[in-house]
Amino acid sequence: MNKELKASAPTDSEIVLGILNNSEIVLKKLYTTYFPMILQLIVNNNGDEDDAKDIYQEAIIVLYNKIKSGKFELSSKLKTYIYSVCRRLWLKRLSHMNRYGGDIRDFEEYLPVDEEVDDHNERDIQFSKMESALQLLGEPCKTIMEDFYIHNRSMQDICERFGYTNADNAKTQKYKCLQRLKKLFFQQK
Amino acid sequence: MPAKAEKVIFSAEIRKESKEMSDHQLTELIERYLDGSMTAEERTQFELLRKNDATVESRVAEHMQFIGLLKQYGERLELEKRLNAIHDEIDVHALKEEVTIHPTWVVRMWRNHHSKISVAASIAIFAILGTLFFTGKLNNHESNFEQLSQEIGKIKQSQATLNTRTNSIINDIKGSKRITNPGNFRGTGFALSSNGYIVTNYHVIKDADSVYVQNAAGESFHSKVIYTEPGNDIAVLQINDEAFEGLAAVPYNFKRSSTDLGENVFTIGYPDSKVVIGLGGLTSTTGYQGDTTEYQVSIPVNPGNSGGPLLDDKGNVIGIINAKQTQVAGAAFAVKSAYLLKAIQNIPSDSLSKSLTLNTKNTLAGLSRPQQIKKLRNYVFMVKVYNQ
Repeated sequence: MNKELKASAPTDSEIVLGILNNSEIVLKKLYTTYFPMILQLIVNNNGDEDDAKDIYQEAIIVLYNKIKSGKFELSSKLKTYIYSVCRRLWLKRLSHMNRYGGDIRDFEEYLPVDEEVDDHNERDIQFSKMESALQLLGEPCKTIMEDFYIHNRSMQDICERFGYTNADNAKTQKYKCLQRLKKLFFQQK
Repeated sequence: MPAKAEKVIFSAEIRKESKEMSDHQLTELIERYLDGSMTAEERTQFELLRKNDATVESRVAEHMQFIGLLKQYGERLELEKRLNAIHDEIDVHALKEEVTIHPTWVVRMWRNHHSKISVAASIAIFAILGTLFFTGKLNNHESNFEQLSQEIGKIKQSQATLNTRTNSIINDIKGSKRITNPGNFRGTGFALSSNGYIVTNYHVIKDADSVYVQNAAGESFHSKVIYTEPGNDIAVLQINDEAFEGLAAVPYNFKRSSTDLGENVFTIGYPDSKVVIGLGGLTSTTGYQGDTTEYQVSIPVNPGNSGGPLLDDKGNVIGIINAKQTQVAGAAFAVKSAYLLKAIQNIPSDSLSKSLTLNTKNTLAGLSRPQQIKKLRNYVFMVKVYNQ
């Protein structure tokens, strides 16, 4: 039943080092190596390829952040870790959609990763709050916030982009926007 | 152009809210402090302010956290973009075909349509049950079943009877005795001693030409009447058959004193061809029409029970069942054991070929009812009477 999934997998320590060094190639290798495993898990447990993509990307993000934060220890195989996180995420989603029939067809061994998944979910909630706060903020504030705080553009750039002649006015505008963004963010439940 | 309009609005707002301006200034200070663009002097000053003013300190922490979250959010979006780009290069469709486990069509059908199938099945079951119910089939089946079990019960009963008879015939043949026909009148008797003295009711053996007693194993022994007391309806028999080898020690004793009302009592006897136990209580210390020699008990009895022992819970014989009067519903009578003891004393000594010593040790007292009965049944006989 369980088909062997062929892939020339990079070693785990290669991946960890590559992610720490922001290597695009390693990220791509990581992604393509384990995606079939997760696709197999999801499509054989009441999901489709889009579910697989969502779940897999979430798991890669969990792994990525854990490596980046320096908290990742190679105590288990990356493969097992990714599978466990995906399994947990998928079980959560299945029960959320009331599609969980009580058992799941497994293809790999897995570890308990509840804490990590819960942390990830907590963070996701914060991010979706931020997303909707930015939406509600509207233009030009949204772009100013993104340009300054996320893309690290200088005030000079921003002034030119929005045609502010007075740098002080632009600054004031930026602070007003930030204040509104905070208000919108903290207003949400 | 809209930017220009915004500008106008903002400058108006700035002029209006000078307090807000100080907020803005604080934010600016915090930002400059955090990105390290302060001069050394400004920095020392700001750090002093942070130390002394808790609100400033909390504003710094809040700002750091919020901007941190905003930056992480940006990073997340960036990472998602990168992952999506990678994902787009994978041929998901082909891969999906490869990893999907195709279940058999039955399983697929069940997975896709199980709710519909379940509903259809429930409707079908409901319809069948409904039809059966309304056509009365269900009820008929039940009564048929009852009849059937009754039939089986009857067959069992006749089988049992047949077995007993066959056994007795086989035993008779084994003991090389004449084959006996069932007697004209039946009663019950029970052993007084292990050497073959048996007591029964006088009315059971009255006018008899010959008397046989038959034990639980179906063996019959010829007996003779050695003493009668028609007044108390008591008769004492003695087994005088060569085949009789004596009994084991009698397990019960005979109660001299009167028994109290409400005591649990039971009897064992042969109302028909098999041993039957009757359970009940002592309901009156006087018998039929106030007869003080008898007890009244609430045990259903038949004429065949006549002469059977009436025992209390501990296994003491307290009387002899006397089922002459059957017209009183739900009640039976028993001759009190005291009169039996008196009758035994009255037996002339020349009538006794062997000594008649009553057992005084009760070995039934501690036993459960089924165990008592198991022991008792060997000492209770069917009394068969023959006359022309």
